[in-house]
Amino acid sequence: MNMELSRRGFLKAAGVGVAGTTLGAFGFADLEAAQAAAIRPFKLTNTMETRNTCPYCSVACGIIMYSKGDLRKGEMAEIIHIEGDADHPTNRGTLCPKGAALKDFVKADTRLKYPMVRKPGSDRFERVSWDQALDRIARLMKDDRDANFIATNKAGVPVNRWTTVGFLAASATTNETAYLTYKVVRSTGIVAFDNQARV
Amino acid sequence: MTNSWTDIRNTDLVVIMGGNAAEAHPCGFKWVTEAKANRGARLIVIDPRFTRSASVSDFYAPIRQGTDIAFLLGLINYCMQNDKVQWPYVKSFTNATYVVKDGFAYQDGLFTGYDESKRDYDRSTWEYDIGPDGFAVVDETLQNPRCVWNMLKSHVASYTPEMVERICGTPREKFLKVAQMISECSVPTKTMTSMYALGWTQHSKGSQNIRAMAMLQLILGNIGVRGGGMNALRGHSNIQGLTDVGLMSNLLPGYLNIPVEKETDFTTYMSSRTFKPLRPDQTSYWQNYKKFFVSFQKAMWGSAATAENDFAYQYLPKLDVPAYDVLRIFEMMYRGQVNGYVCQGFNPLLAFPNRKKITESLSKLKWLVTIDPLDTETSRFWENHGEYNDVNSATIQTEVIQLPSTCFAEDNGSLTNSGRWLQWHWAGGTPPGEAKRDNWIMAQIFRRLRALYEKEGGPFPDPILNLTWNYQNPDEPTADELAKEINGYAVETLYDPADPTKVLLEKGKQVVNFSVLRDDGTTASGCWIYSGCYNEAGNNMARRDNTDPDDTGAYLNWTFAWPLNRRILYNRASADLQGNPWDPSRKLIAWDGSKWSGYDVPDIAPTAKPDVVGPFIMNQEGTARLFARGLMRDGPFPVHYEPFEAPIANVIAPKIRGNPVARIFQDDVAQFATSEEFPYAATSYRLTEHFHYWTKHNRVNAVLQPEFFVEISEQLAAEKGITPGSWVRVWSKRGEVKAKAVVTKRIKPLMCDGKKVHVVGIPLHWGFMGQARKGWGPNSLTPFVGDANIETPEYKAFLVNIESTTPPATV
Repeated sequence: MNMELSRRGFLKAAGVGVAGTTLGAFGFADLEAAQAAAIRPFKLTNTMETRNTCPYCSVACGIIMYSKGDLRKGEMAEIIHIEGDADHPTNRGTLCPKGAALKDFVKADTRLKYPMVRKPGSDRFERVSWDQALDRIARLMKDDRDANFIATNKAGVPVNRWTTVGFLAASATTNETAYLTYKVVRSTGIVAFDNQARV
Repeated sequence: MTNSWTDIRNTDLVVIMGGNAAEAHPCGFKWVTEAKANRGARLIVIDPRFTRSASVSDFYAPIRQGTDIAFLLGLINYCMQNDKVQWPYVKSFTNATYVVKDGFAYQDGLFTGYDESKRDYDRSTWEYDIGPDGFAVVDETLQNPRCVWNMLKSHVASYTPEMVERICGTPREKFLKVAQMISECSVPTKTMTSMYALGWTQHSKGSQNIRAMAMLQLILGNIGVRGGGMNALRGHSNIQGLTDVGLMSNLLPGYLNIPVEKETDFTTYMSSRTFKPLRPDQTSYWQNYKKFFVSFQKAMWGSAATAENDFAYQYLPKLDVPAYDVLRIFEMMYRGQVNGYVCQGFNPLLAFPNRKKITESLSKLKWLVTIDPLDTETSRFWENHGEYNDVNSATIQTEVIQLPSTCFAEDNGSLTNSGRWLQWHWAGGTPPGEAKRDNWIMAQIFRRLRALYEKEGGPFPDPILNLTWNYQNPDEPTADELAKEINGYAVETLYDPADPTKVLLEKGKQVVNFSVLRDDGTTASGCWIYSGCYNEAGNNMARRDNTDPDDTGAYLNWTFAWPLNRRILYNRASADLQGNPWDPSRKLIAWDGSKWSGYDVPDIAPTAKPDVVGPFIMNQEGTARLFARGLMRDGPFPVHYEPFEAPIANVIAPKIRGNPVARIFQDDVAQFATSEEFPYAATSYRLTEHFHYWTKHNRVNAVLQPEFFVEISEQLAAEKGITPGSWVRVWSKRGEVKAKAVVTKRIKPLMCDGKKVHVVGIPLHWGFMGQARKGWGPNSLTPFVGDANIETPEYKAFLVNIESTTPPATV
């Protein structure tokens, strides 16, 4: 066999081969064919590949996510495997014990699925709709800003400061989310604004 | 990082101090292994524990946590005393020759101008002598006793190997071996890299820890060169990005500043930001400050920001304190001065010091909103989990709204790694249930709030009503739209100032980078240092060409690095005064008689003459600062201060507790312990199998490291009758935890100032949510005090006691 195949191309070809009937072409006897048929089909066959980066430390290793279904075609996509990206200059396909287990983060039992509210004094969360949760948040923010906004200091200088509500931003969000968050938070006059860089 | 992960391959000596890359940044650490295997590079690790980084080092030296400055000033002293200095670099590229103003002095741990009642300095004497020509006075001969070099020499003279041993507990011969290895890098053909992380930042003098090493690297000529640099190994995937984009109390994007109250108008604000060069012909790049500020205001408020209203200067809040940092805001919360709080992907119940105070503070809020992919402890701070979260839900009157967000796998956008690479990533999975992207959530909150102001009015609604919101789908701005806004665009058609008929850029087009930004309102850019990331050439952060000509490690066509796709900061300093590389085998850029070029984007104007314009273009001096003037609150030179909770008194200045200018809140002082009550020196750290408090939600990681433990030496275990694997109680003046005892040879007692000091190691990955067993973290124990300059809490050095105990009740 003198074929030039990329690493993943080879795996895909091998996956199809094991699941299909091409083994005969290599001259294997029935015994090997039966054994091969009993092996689980290669799981990445017919999956969609998406490039991403590990969300944990700042090495930012390149990863490839394999999903059933293609988001770009508007399909539901379920991630079934994540591995290191061999083309990435920093990690060259390797991952640490955290990165290697990334799929467990994506599919953790404790991933949140619905907006919830815990009422004062209650010992439980109750499910609410997004509209209920978001309207409530906007109302709480508006009422507090209206009551506590400091427009000017004692000298009459505009200070446009709101100190009774704070916002902690997240160091795992994208730069684009960070910028949007910046715009929203700063436009209100919130000054208690920080992220994990402080700790 | 001044350099990048892939550049570590070019080094001769790696010093890991204040970090543990092998365990906390494993795939980046591979470049250390690469340098060792291919270049014969050596690795030194200096740490209280014999970490896995230490296990593959060429030399390991123990050190007591919180004493790094004494060690580093000891190294500087060694290099100065033994003439291990890259002289041409030091004389031309640092402020060694600058003469310090009369009146400045240092004595008994304090500089001129200290006011004990304010815990602050009058820093007016911490400055250069300014000559009649308006420039700093220099003495090229280094004869003037008041030039920076001689002032530094006398400042570090007391940090002898004997003094280092006395303070740090590092045996003298081990310190000398480290000093000898490091000092070899003072020749131009040998380079050392410094890799550090939270082990340096989480101290009440964290900024000065880093400064001390930066000074040493300058003396050795290791800044701006391949295989050198100051390399902060940032802790999270986009903590660099969040800092760059300025999501801090006192920042605007791109390291511009939020105004303070005394900056009553834009003219006053700009008057202290002229950045006039302090030496002839220097770049002083911050002279462009106004262009970046005005372009930011235009990005925020568009046509509402006009020259007539000072580009909406008054839309910005003005600070009455240095910053409403997290310690200050939780102190205010504790005092009932805060009503609402939003945590976006942040778990402060486990992340902020003195957990008891954090719980009490959160309990005083009227409302708390959490936005997170995971069910965090913070969102359930009100829920009783037995010993692990012993609260009475009925008495906590806080309304909590928990919003489910997507995770990395379900979102597009860029993250900035430690090496300043902005790497784009793509969504590949459908979010679970009704989880939503953060952009959607923030847009929904904003649009609802704005609608309320439109309908009802309210105090100063202008910045909200006029915020730029021209997105195709206003309900969810896309990552591409936002990245384009960050990059910047022409608000009006830009004409060539030299030829007003010539169009440089048509209205609405993306600017090529920040060099074309203007201060007249004709350009907009959300974060100037990122400009160039998404211009008319497209999304440069999504580039994936991994070719690397001559294997320099630069990868210039892989994604985008700020600023201007530059991979090594200060790279002009890799060449001498004629513009030739100090080390031809490690050429980065060179001067060909008319311009700079090479493997990296030059960090200087391309035609700036090498013998005229200094390499440190962001500084008014054009040189790097061994003497920091008044720019740091706690001194122009670092000084050894003990942690606020220390096992011995400060040997240099016995009367000074902690950092003399670190901010402390009165109630917290009563909770600082002495070594009589709490004899053991504790520190906190990460494990390689876990990432903070996330991976305990993952089955695989929970299996790999299932339960909380503390790490103690065989000697301490014997003294306290603690057997390996048994339960211990560890407590401080602020709280207690129960953990399994890991009795190890990796930690050994240290002799400091004649006293045996035991170290207790406390990893930080457990809580009461997720798949792993329930446990605690170091924040149940740590003190509520931060670094004097930036308020990063002192997590790495505090005092505890320890004893055998019974297992916690299971819940």
